Amino acid sequence: MNTELFGVISIFIISIVLAIPLGKYIAKVYLGDKTLFDPIFNPIEKFIFKISGISSTEEMNWKQHLKALLSINMVWFFLCFFVLLFQGSLFLNPDNNPSMSPDLAFNTAISFVVNCNLQHYSGESGVSYLSQMFLMFLQFVSAGVGMASAAIIFNAMKERTTDKLGNFYNYFIKSCTRILLPLSIIVATILAFSGTPMDFDSKDAITTLQGDHVEVSRGPAAAFIAIKHLGTNGGGFFGANSAHPLENPTYFTNAVELWSQLIIPFAMIFALGFYLKKKKLSYVIFGVMTVGFLLLVIPTVISEINGNPAIEKMGIAQTTGAMEGKEVRFGPAISGFWSIATTVISTGSVNSMHDSSMPVSGAMELLAMMVNAFYGGCGVGILNFYIFIILAVFISGLMVGRTPEFLGKKIEAREVKIAAFIAILHPLLILSGTALASYFAAHDTAMGYWFSGNATGWLNNSGHHGFSEMLYEYTSSAANNGSGFEGLGDNNPFWNITTGIVLLLSRFIPIVGPLAIAGLLANKKYIPESAGTLKTDTTIFGVMVFAVIAIIAALSFFPALALGPLAEYFTLK
Amino acid sequence: MKTIFSLLKLTLLTVILFAVIYPLAIYGIAQFAPNHGKGETISVNGKVVGYQKIGQKFDKSNYFWGRPSAVDYNAAGSAGSNKGPSNAEYLALVQKRIDTFLVVHPYLKKSEIPSDMVTASGSGLDPNISPQGALIQVKRVAKERKLSEDKVKALVEANINTPKVMGTPTVNVLELNVALDALSKKGS
Repeated sequence: MNTELFGVISIFIISIVLAIPLGKYIAKVYLGDKTLFDPIFNPIEKFIFKISGISSTEEMNWKQHLKALLSINMVWFFLCFFVLLFQGSLFLNPDNNPSMSPDLAFNTAISFVVNCNLQHYSGESGVSYLSQMFLMFLQFVSAGVGMASAAIIFNAMKERTTDKLGNFYNYFIKSCTRILLPLSIIVATILAFSGTPMDFDSKDAITTLQGDHVEVSRGPAAAFIAIKHLGTNGGGFFGANSAHPLENPTYFTNAVELWSQLIIPFAMIFALGFYLKKKKLSYVIFGVMTVGFLLLVIPTVISEINGNPAIEKMGIAQTTGAMEGKEVRFGPAISGFWSIATTVISTGSVNSMHDSSMPVSGAMELLAMMVNAFYGGCGVGILNFYIFIILAVFISGLMVGRTPEFLGKKIEAREVKIAAFIAILHPLLILSGTALASYFAAHDTAMGYWFSGNATGWLNNSGHHGFSEMLYEYTSSAANNGSGFEGLGDNNPFWNITTGIVLLLSRFIPIVGPLAIAGLLANKKYIPESAGTLKTDTTIFGVMVFAVIAIIAALSFFPALALGPLAEYFTLK
Repeated sequence: MKTIFSLLKLTLLTVILFAVIYPLAIYGIAQFAPNHGKGETISVNGKVVGYQKIGQKFDKSNYFWGRPSAVDYNAAGSAGSNKGPSNAEYLALVQKRIDTFLVVHPYLKKSEIPSDMVTASGSGLDPNISPQGALIQVKRVAKERKLSEDKVKALVEANINTPKVMGTPTVNVLELNVALDALSKKGS
């Protein structure tokens, strides 16, 4: 057990330590300073932009940024949709997997474009290698879009008055080539040498030691898994995601995969400090996030190590903790840690099945996605946190009777309205989706086209846990997470289409909102700091932000959590 | 229209970079990895009997058994059971697994059975069991194989991977059973 806990703590600390130099590097990339990879990537990027006829130097205002961002995402969505719809008859399909149904292709295409990677299919049988490669492309670029959005916000926070906020394509391509690609090559190489396959062969048919015939799925997994974590995408190559022994072969690869999903969200926060030369601000943000993360992770690890009380009662030894849905090579401690890391950050890859987590852990996983601002996904984590900063500045301003200011810019009604709308959108999407699904399940409605059979048929567990399955699915969609209580029967028009819509709204509106606020603020007159300024890089302001987050998340979500995991906790004896 | 065309070109070029050049580079690197990046296999007498990392079904009484699997060790369709901790049917299933285990291992006390032997893994392909899970099967296997208990126990102990710094102690069931076959052969 000690070696397990030591593993958890050291991975966390190593990630933080390495995030600082990476943050410095990321800040340099966005500032346009000279970096290590210039000789390799400068010509490549130049070539790409020249052929496409796109300018990478023309400065854009926030509306132009949004236009570019939304149009290129639309192009990706349609391309992906058609690849998935016709994959059965296209090339690179050695296992002869069938084409997707239109509703599944719709859900999958959106889900990968928006960096969520909710998967209503199983990797072994649901997609061809061509589709896997196209989805992997989306894992790069969707992460790049998130990071570019963060870079625009960084730019807007500078102490000046302007509407020019850099070039979207420049930020986007550099995020992909300078940050994601080099790290992916390193991680993919480590994985390949640790036993993760990287081939294009079909299934292997073997006879096992005791004489059974089995088929073993393989494929170009190492390249895929590296970017799946670094881009905080989380979509698995195989059905069981990172619990699969080829996707995550050893405790060491597990540590590497954990590190790779933590590193960029961590580094982006430090990058903000280096970029603006306000290191203290980034330490305050990082501190608030870390406190939130630890508050979620500690109860989870403890409850997983303690195991299932109902199984304890049967009289067997739970020395290795709660093992349903977990792998022996990882054990409960690191699996519990991972389940919070992957939900706090919007990765959504799993190394244990969350549906079988203990009730307390389930509540913490849900809460992590409901807050969606402790670290958060590649780039977008900062965007979500930015909304809470604006709200906290506004509320503190009211409390002390001063005009709310953030980094020398006055925050007025328009910005607060946008921020409040974004903050309300998240619970609105989650709770209305869950209410709709629960209504059908409670009445056991015959679903017709939407689901073959009656609505309770999509549940894998009954009672409180069944409610949690539905709540989790919408929470995961709205938080752009992609993990699931996978027992839920979700590959049908009802779940594919409703979660698809939630995915779209909850990705792009929370990008549009912060960009609009940042753009509006950047255009305002800069007011130098004075004795009357509310300082935002202090502990007391950190506490304030934390309080705003806790109040918004607790007030909106507590009733739902009480009906699901908390009720299950109190009934489980 | 012109912008859409530009965006398509940009997309095509980035597809080439991230979905063609990058995976091919990793494919090239993987040629130097164990078994050329096709997954490490274990062979007996030149015949592949399994993948080192992928668990396989063992239900014959002369072998060490692995964990229960929600997909019956189907290596082309991994999944967990996804049963919630309070699910009554699931708890009844665990109880049944414990009872069956005790029938086959009548020498055991209930409290000696570790939880991993009666719960399904996340992937359904867990190649490992806990050391305790292997040690409690020694007596049965030794009897079936007509080997001395001490020898089989020593074999299990030699196959325990104890982490030095971080990790969990594990036993790879396939490797253990391959070694067991070798031991039987030598013994007879």
